[in-house]
Amino acid sequence: MRRYFGRKLLIYGLTFFVAVTVNWMIPRFMPGDPVASMVARANVSQPAAVEAMRAYYTSLFGLDQPLITQYLNFWGALFRGDFGISIWLFPTPVSAVIGGAVPYTLALIVPSVLLSWVVGNRFGAYAARRKLLDNTVLPVGYILTAMPYMWLAVLLAWALGVIAGLFPVAGGYSFSMRPTWSWAFLLDLLHHWTLPFLSLFLVALGGWAIGMRNMIIYELESDYSAYLSALGAPARLIRRYAFRNAVLPQITGLALQLGVLVAGALVTEIVFAYPGLGSLILKAIQNKDFFLLQGTFLFIVLGVLIANFIIDIVYVVVDPRTRAGMAGAQA
Amino acid sequence: MTALQEVAPREPAGVRREALYFAVRNGKLMSGFALVLVLLLLGLLGPVLLDGAPNDYGPRPMSPPSGEHWLGTTTFGQDIFLQFVYGLRSTFAVGVIGGGIAAAIGMVVGFVAGYRGGAVDEVLSMLTNVILVIPTLAVLLIANAYLGIRSVAVQGLFIGLTQWPWAARAIRAQTFSLRTREFVDLARMSGAGTWKIITREVAPNMSSYLFMTFILLFGGAVLIASSLDFIGLGPTEGVSLGLMLQNANQWSALQLGLWWWFVPPGAGITAIVGALYVANVGLDEVFNPKLRET
Repeated sequence: MRRYFGRKLLIYGLTFFVAVTVNWMIPRFMPGDPVASMVARANVSQPAAVEAMRAYYTSLFGLDQPLITQYLNFWGALFRGDFGISIWLFPTPVSAVIGGAVPYTLALIVPSVLLSWVVGNRFGAYAARRKLLDNTVLPVGYILTAMPYMWLAVLLAWALGVIAGLFPVAGGYSFSMRPTWSWAFLLDLLHHWTLPFLSLFLVALGGWAIGMRNMIIYELESDYSAYLSALGAPARLIRRYAFRNAVLPQITGLALQLGVLVAGALVTEIVFAYPGLGSLILKAIQNKDFFLLQGTFLFIVLGVLIANFIIDIVYVVVDPRTRAGMAGAQA
Repeated sequence: MTALQEVAPREPAGVRREALYFAVRNGKLMSGFALVLVLLLLGLLGPVLLDGAPNDYGPRPMSPPSGEHWLGTTTFGQDIFLQFVYGLRSTFAVGVIGGGIAAAIGMVVGFVAGYRGGAVDEVLSMLTNVILVIPTLAVLLIANAYLGIRSVAVQGLFIGLTQWPWAARAIRAQTFSLRTREFVDLARMSGAGTWKIITREVAPNMSSYLFMTFILLFGGAVLIASSLDFIGLGPTEGVSLGLMLQNANQWSALQLGLWWWFVPPGAGITAIVGALYVANVGLDEVFNPKLRET
């Protein structure tokens, strides 16, 4: 088990290192001069002002120092939680801007991912080898997984928001409200949260149902199932054993899908103008706020790594083979 | 993600004819490929047969579908059907470029890691796992935003460069199970080099698996490209289905009730990717006798 965790932690450490290095490298080694483009964007015509701005930005980035010092400074700033200052919301530090958006994204992504995983697995397990259910769950599942996240979001917003008028289609809470800890505000939050949650939940649902159905069929064909049924065990018992075995690859699948799920949450937020990281990224791109974009990138990478590690721990709890040091999960 | 079942190597002689026999009788495979083919033809021939550029402003803005504008027009009077056929073209292009590059890298890494084993495998697997964990879209966001070169080809290239890890892992596992077979040993004893063994002995024995991997990568590339387009990092010139969705969202088609603006592009993406997935299940049944008739 120590080897298992050691390997995982090594991978995550390396990943974080690579992500930070890439983040540091891209603005410095990409073709084009970010300082020049930033100065150009300010639309200043006086040569003296241009020179002053150029000097300011160069020292801000620390571009006048040798590369290795720049790199070490970057890491140092990172550990102090200093991601720079947002250009879009000028004097606000990037970390504060991100901190304000993260709760919204987490509130969307955590329940939708967990619920779709649980419900999808249940549906898939029920559908496997049951003709009637299988013929409905499978096509619906394929359509749902093939849907771009933002399209389902737009369709839901249109049907339930614009036409039926049941839910608001934009924002995290009503414009007339102020964020307070009152029941009215919490209810309003929930009201705005429902549609983005629903669309994330539905798109992810299909994939889990299909995966589980395939795994259950595979397990029901294996020797232990045949042996159990030869002994006369009831079908329900065999299915229960099959489910427990089939859930393991689904846990690994959850870890592999995290990046896709995060991406889905980001575009869904943009559709609903939900004040999370997705809308932040859109604003950062529109305003060429590269500090904000880079800060968000690092934050997402860190979040995905932590989620991966939690899944690893769950895997060890669920699968005894990894605890015994046998070949269970591959690193 | 669809689980790919293991494929057992068999003698190549009768296998091909047998596969074809089951392929033409497989409803999923045929209907899936038929739908993709129709959309592909529409994307290839539509721009040739219709006149006018997809982004030209027209005289009748915001009109619903009619005989003249099959899918209606945008707030600027652009013909949505025209945009749709051009968009299909770039969507297929992104899928082929992104999926192709990802498949190529995934195959090289997977084959070499799986066949050579040992230290080479350790290093390549570590690399694969590291890139696998990094959220793809986040990297693409940073790279695209800074690079600023926004064409379908560059977008496909970036998607290919970040999408390959899971394919590499799957191919490595398959190669691992093939490398100890007798025919591979025989080739090794007869003095064939690593490259020759991989291309002549290992790869042909899992060609169906490789093809299915490519299909899944193609679908994934299309979906990622549409997300990038939607965030505003799509090609700056031309049209794609994702860009159409972005425009519809940006110019509040939703609030104005212009459903004909945002329904077709999403339906197009869903149809392409969904049809490919279904065809993939069909292929799986064709190549894997265990799955037939269940």
